[in-house]
Amino acid sequence: MTATLSNNDSTTADLPSDAPPIPEGATMVTVKIERFNPEVDEDLHWESYRVPALPTDRVLNLLHYIKWYIDGTLTFRRSCAHGVCGSDAMRINGVNRLACKVLLKDMFAKSGETTITVEPIKGLPVNKDLLVDMEPFFEAYRAIKPYLVTSGNEPTRERTQSIAERERFDDTTKCILCAACTTSCPVYWSEGSYFGPAAIVNAHRFIFDSRDEATEERLDILNDQDGVWRCRTTFNCTDACPRGIQVTKAIQEVKRALMFRR
Amino acid sequence: MTTTEAPLSVDKPRSATRPAARRNNFELYSWVFMRLSGVVLLFLVLGHMLIMLFLDGGVQRINFAFVAGRWASPFWQFWDLTMLWLAGLHGGNGLRTVINDYARSETTRFWLRTLLYCSIVLTVGLGTLVLFTFDPNIS
Repeated sequence: MTATLSNNDSTTADLPSDAPPIPEGATMVTVKIERFNPEVDEDLHWESYRVPALPTDRVLNLLHYIKWYIDGTLTFRRSCAHGVCGSDAMRINGVNRLACKVLLKDMFAKSGETTITVEPIKGLPVNKDLLVDMEPFFEAYRAIKPYLVTSGNEPTRERTQSIAERERFDDTTKCILCAACTTSCPVYWSEGSYFGPAAIVNAHRFIFDSRDEATEERLDILNDQDGVWRCRTTFNCTDACPRGIQVTKAIQEVKRALMFRR
Repeated sequence: MTTTEAPLSVDKPRSATRPAARRNNFELYSWVFMRLSGVVLLFLVLGHMLIMLFLDGGVQRINFAFVAGRWASPFWQFWDLTMLWLAGLHGGNGLRTVINDYARSETTRFWLRTLLYCSIVLTVGLGTLVLFTFDPNIS
């Protein structure tokens, strides 16, 4: 971590005049963002910003600082800002993370100036700056029928399930559809028709649910050319998941179900 | 107030945009085949290289007579035939996957696959023909 700054430090001179005072213990870091404005730019390009950062800040705080005090045109999604809504997935220092879950104390360089690179997630069309078109991602999600399918009369009470039956698919219920896994997958980068890890995770959530009756149908969908057999087990998805879902394991379990359950 | 050219409508959220699943196990079988043939090939190829390159004088002693002597035995004929077929199909299936991953247009995909399938048939077919019709007394 580099030396901390006081309010009177010379490097604060280039900060905008309406910016709040730099808090005690803050360090100046460089945030390098891959930007794109479809109305002006031909292509994506990098822009750097110097912003003050506390060890307790998250990358999202730095993006807010840039948007609020330096360049209001910076565009990105964020909603809850606490790692639950899954809006702010982006490529931070080359890996897919939620900007609201990455703490600055883990990002400071061992020595010298800290630079943090931020890019939009890969494999989806960039609309503007860090904002991508999520439609191809949700199209794959819808295609695996991510809802309970049953037949016969509705029960008058809840559809009960044992603790063990619920435990079977517990891991894959945690998905927040942030697309960090799907857009970290090299197969998805080169072939967008691949369902991608997130869709398979959400299929897994219903395939292994004892109450659901469309298991065969979902297995058929994932047995096709764009399904689970495209997975090369690179584990990028498991590394990227901000919820800690064992994504690759879930994909392998679907493969296993295809091989041995029918 | 500005007006938009495009009609303000939203597609039905559940309309199918993908072709229906084909309900066959081809991708499953090809995935299993890659794993099984890989294990067998490991044994066959390493054994082949050990015999051809290292044991008993190594690569220096390989000539027409040496190959003719080996193929006189049905065991080595079977070994080489299995290796040829498994390597041809294993490598071909791997390339098919690579083409599926990287070809951008359907036309490119079709022609690359056609080229691939022709070359597999040619190499595996020619190899098989030679293995079965090999004449040690050819002048």
